[in-house]
Amino acid sequence: MEAINWHSFFFLLFGLAAGGFALAVVLSGNIVRMGFYLIMSLGAVAGLFFLAGAEFVGAMQLMIYVGGTMVLLVFGVMLTARGPFVSMKTPGGQWVLATIVGGSLLVMLLHTAVSVDDWRVKAVAEKAELSEEPPEVELSETTNPDRLGMALVGVRSDQPDPRQPAEEFGMSGYLLAFEIVSVHLLVVLIGAAYLARTKRVGSRD
Amino acid sequence: MAKFFIEYLDSLSIPILPEWIVHALVYLIVGLVQCGVLLAIVMVSVAVFTWMERKIAGRIQDRLGPTRTGGRFGWLQPLADGIKLWTKEDLVPKNADGLLFRVAPYIAFCASFTVFLALPFSDGWVAQNLNVAAFFVLAVAGLEIFGTILGGYGSGSKWSLFGAMREAAQVVSYEVPLGLCVLIPVMIAGSMNLVTIGNIQAGLFTNWLIFHDPCTFITFFVYGTCAVASVNRAPFDLAEAESELVAGFMTEYSGFRWSIFFMAEYGSMLAVSALATTLFLGGWNGPVPVTELLGWTEAAGAHPVLVQLGNLLGAANFLCKTYIGVTVMIWARWSLPRLRIDQVMTTCLKYCLPIAAAMLVGATLWLYAFPGGMILKQRLPDVSSQVPSDSCGTKTGDG
Amino acid sequence: MDLLTEPVGLSHYLVVGAILFVCGVLCMAIKRNALGVLMGVELVLNGANLNFIAFSAPYLRADSQYATGLDGHLIAMFVIVLAAAEAAVALAIALNYYNNHATIDVDEGDELKG
Repeated sequence: MEAINWHSFFFLLFGLAAGGFALAVVLSGNIVRMGFYLIMSLGAVAGLFFLAGAEFVGAMQLMIYVGGTMVLLVFGVMLTARGPFVSMKTPGGQWVLATIVGGSLLVMLLHTAVSVDDWRVKAVAEKAELSEEPPEVELSETTNPDRLGMALVGVRSDQPDPRQPAEEFGMSGYLLAFEIVSVHLLVVLIGAAYLARTKRVGSRD
Repeated sequence: MAKFFIEYLDSLSIPILPEWIVHALVYLIVGLVQCGVLLAIVMVSVAVFTWMERKIAGRIQDRLGPTRTGGRFGWLQPLADGIKLWTKEDLVPKNADGLLFRVAPYIAFCASFTVFLALPFSDGWVAQNLNVAAFFVLAVAGLEIFGTILGGYGSGSKWSLFGAMREAAQVVSYEVPLGLCVLIPVMIAGSMNLVTIGNIQAGLFTNWLIFHDPCTFITFFVYGTCAVASVNRAPFDLAEAESELVAGFMTEYSGFRWSIFFMAEYGSMLAVSALATTLFLGGWNGPVPVTELLGWTEAAGAHPVLVQLGNLLGAANFLCKTYIGVTVMIWARWSLPRLRIDQVMTTCLKYCLPIAAAMLVGATLWLYAFPGGMILKQRLPDVSSQVPSDSCGTKTGDG
Repeated sequence: MDLLTEPVGLSHYLVVGAILFVCGVLCMAIKRNALGVLMGVELVLNGANLNFIAFSAPYLRADSQYATGLDGHLIAMFVIVLAAAEAAVALAIALNYYNNHATIDVDEGDELKG
């Protein structure tokens, strides 16, 4: 037997955790347990991000998704989970229907995932044999957050400077998207505060 | 380190076991040793902190604190406490959600311990040198509240639930100014790598980032406030306010699981204190550059053993500063009254957040006006010649 | 095929992403609790995000010149930020719904049915 490929080992670990806990979210009837399983699943996805060389996005997933959004969600669960709402049963007919639809969707997606030869293990392994050095992740190359930041303010350091204006299409940074997201967040902040505030009965009319 | 051992073993080529088993074992052992060293640092620190907490609390209240166990100063008290807690009955209440109740303390402890994976103790002495270490530390430290929330909910008691709700609201709010405060040293250093941030503060204490400009000086104190609040210590310990909520989210816990929660709390105190040391107080670089004066640096061409000895001195220095930070937290706990929940929110949203945001702008302007700091010129590495990334700022602010 | 000794390819990541996506869709479809539906949305977004990240990693595939590089990371970041925004608004709506109807069951919210 050859040496254990540690990337594969940790991929298997995190992938099984992510998929397994996602399945547990679907199968569990208790809303609080669902929240717990979802947290574990999202944490495992963050691990997969780290494995795929996206350190910054992985840390962001942990911070914003798991540490922010999920706290909010669990908070909402705790506010509403009383008596009959803790576990609500889904009718059996819906389960059957959902299994059929979900199963066919899964089969389709899996077929797509393994259909391209260049994406499969064999091709990657052959490529690794072809190149002299093992395909090790360069820490500074793949995940330098500086480059992400530069791209957000509109400078793409990872792509060559386009000499002709015609080549510029699709090569610009993400400044506009970044601005839109900032404004969007502001709107959401005000909107959520407006929706969730306590309405005093009879204060206006 | 593991690679070194594997190459060594391969060079010996003793055919005892198949190669892959040897490799797996070496990785496992090296990993366990590193993990064990970190765990030992955290555990010993926790023991010292419990002793310090009781002694300092005693002195502040004009008592002696523990005096019996282990000689005159009661220094064996943590061990006695540990044995007592270990042998206590581990109760699960009838109304509790069994799984969540049992698992919650471990979540809190794992989150608080994982932080040390990315924290450097000395130049290069870090388990995993991450490029985004500062961000990673903040992110993982934020996960600790899941232990509190799930434990509070899983207990099936209204006191626990109240404690958990307060904690959720408080920690999520305080993460925002905390992120802004961490951003300022990151911006000055031009890197989120904690080793880099520590190394640019080498030399006299005037090179520490807290003395970089007036804005960082103020930021340090804002960071301190937010850090105390985010690890849920007095005067921000509303989640376990014993005068109102019995013991908050820990009401139903006893014995071993309770002590795990306790270790998580002290572990995260150590973590935020260590982060403050790295970001503002020079990390492993002392007030006086002892190792450089002795010439025990790699740059001076010293022997590797001497370099590592210098690193050891640096680690001791780092731990000293971290312990001082924790002592200040203990001191604050026994001196200040607990805040009300609306006062906690006011402190965060009306004071800490605007001050931190203003300091971020101020530090940016200062960096633009006087590149290099207030008193002495900083020895900035090549990293800072690139434009500091703006991306991290917006991301931490969103959370 | 031995998963432990061979390097992982892009397909593996896509398979995990597909499982997360399908679980999320199922969760959205069959859960009656409004917050359960929200959790389904989060799973779907994560499945998609995993695909973005996997496509952008050049060493996972043989045709690495087509790896999306920084673009995948940036889009994943935007997805995470927007998911946080979406969760905040959805939670506010769910709490309002709970206050007005005294239930969190989405099947009960059929007042506008003609």
